[in-house]
Amino acid sequence: MNTVSPYILLSAILFSMGVIGFLTRRNAIMIFMSVELMLNSANLAFVAFAHQWGQLDGQMFVFFVMAVAAAEVAVGLALIVTVFRSKKSANVDDLHQLKG
Amino acid sequence: MQEHKIVAPILEFLLKSVVLILIALTGFAYTTLLERRFIARLQARIGPNRAGPQGLLQPVADGLKLIVKESITPALADKFVYFLAPAIAVVPALIVFAVIPFGSGPLFSLMGDLNIGVLYVLAVLSVGVYGAVLAGWASNNKYASLGGLRASAQMISYELAFGLSLVAVVLMASSASLNDIVKYQQPGNILGWLIFRQPIAAGIFAICAMAELARAPFDLVEAEQELTAGFLTEYGGMKFALFYMSEYVKMIAMSALFATFFLGGWSGPFVNEFPVLSLVYFAVKVLIGLLIIVWVRATLPRFRYDKLMAFGWKALLPLSLANVMLTALLIVLGVY
Amino acid sequence: MTSELIVFIVLAIISVLAAVGLLSSRNAVYAALFLILNFATVAVLYLMLNAPFLAIIQISVYAGAIMVLFLFVIMLLGAERLNQAAPQPGLRWQRPLAIGLGALLLIQAAYVFITRFNSTTVAPNLIQAGPMEIGLKLFGPYLLPFEVTSILLLVAIIGAVVLTREK
Repeated sequence: MNTVSPYILLSAILFSMGVIGFLTRRNAIMIFMSVELMLNSANLAFVAFAHQWGQLDGQMFVFFVMAVAAAEVAVGLALIVTVFRSKKSANVDDLHQLKG
Repeated sequence: MQEHKIVAPILEFLLKSVVLILIALTGFAYTTLLERRFIARLQARIGPNRAGPQGLLQPVADGLKLIVKESITPALADKFVYFLAPAIAVVPALIVFAVIPFGSGPLFSLMGDLNIGVLYVLAVLSVGVYGAVLAGWASNNKYASLGGLRASAQMISYELAFGLSLVAVVLMASSASLNDIVKYQQPGNILGWLIFRQPIAAGIFAICAMAELARAPFDLVEAEQELTAGFLTEYGGMKFALFYMSEYVKMIAMSALFATFFLGGWSGPFVNEFPVLSLVYFAVKVLIGLLIIVWVRATLPRFRYDKLMAFGWKALLPLSLANVMLTALLIVLGVY
Repeated sequence: MTSELIVFIVLAIISVLAAVGLLSSRNAVYAALFLILNFATVAVLYLMLNAPFLAIIQISVYAGAIMVLFLFVIMLLGAERLNQAAPQPGLRWQRPLAIGLGALLLIQAAYVFITRFNSTTVAPNLIQAGPMEIGLKLFGPYLLPFEVTSILLLVAIIGAVVLTREK
């Protein structure tokens, strides 16, 4: 293949599915997984563009996105654990009160 | 023309892979026998010696027994994951061998020249934890769940120091290809081996390898006094055999990796004149590694769980970080 | 049909099916497994796009660390049953709207894709991005972002420790 268009299309499909998951699910863990799916599809687009232009800069961005994703998951899962301890549920609708 | 260029390498890889897997599986069978005989000697017993001369047919008997056992599935288990977990445990253990060079020259390694070889090893080993975690979850048994949780916590903790000890090796060899690391240790005498030039990294690697294998003294995952058999509690027959296989194949892989990274791999006297000798040297080094792993199991008592985690995070991780910094400093100063 | 295209189509189908599985599964552990499958197929796509280093990092960071952490938390909390609770009374319009917006996003992307199909070709200077090439970039032009990332990771570590500490 001398074009990267299919990769971009796949990336768009996966990103849209991540958006749908993020907006429809009520469980905090599922919402997090949808965010990971979106980040991952963006990474795929970055690598495809890097391939298209024969430059490494797109790959560098993926490297940084992965580091940020790892940091995000560490904090996010810590939040979920804390919320679960007080609410006994990971449902985001149960978090409509500002006081813990 | 084009077809031949694609088909020939694929055939070569396929053949080599099949041979490699056969060797790994035979090695697994005889490692179990080796362990049982050797540990018996250390405990002043005799060990299994009835099946065949010196008990050499014992692995065959064990295999037959496990195959004909009744396959039991717990009623409340998650069936699909329960059957998937043993397969997931075996695959990473087997595919680590893809990048290990067994002898000099391209004939004796599958992908030894891969320039991301060390990263490949780390990635594959980090995926290995899924077998234990999923088995623990799918069994729907409290001992199994605790075993699975312990497995994931332990392996994540020790992976960090494991990876950092390899960073020092990669810094020294200035390559992440396992072939280059072996060649870096080859010239000159035995002092070229990285175990003498990177003793801290070698020590950390050995300890973390034991922890990754979840063998004594780090076998809290299946500590029988507290957790019956941990994540293995609900497994029997061939599914148990697969877990058993993954443990022993991983043991061989770890021993081979230690030999490659720190004991000069296949290098030794006269390898350039007689390439077959390199295979012998490598096999001997791996065998010595296996005997030491068994010896440690027979000697050391089990860690307490909180001490195990504290040791990983508070002792090994800072030490390995300091070692990486020291190595980098010495390379910049031109000492290495 | 080149062999590369066939491999791509197979991988694309697997990864989309895995994403569907992630969205539709009622069990958090299965959802995590589907996501791991998706990450693995994307790692193979990276290999096809001349990014072997990123492919391996993808496996060891996403599959080996992030998803193990997810599974660990799901098992620790015993939160694998995802009972789809009824939404808050005032939020019933939310789900159809969300699906509509997601579909709109996809249609938009597909429109751009169809109008610009094959308009760009791959640059001739293909490079295999091994660890050395990535390292030279990382400690050359990208040194500052790299250091900032390390601070970000430190902040995340401290945050995670503070959040989960028992009072």
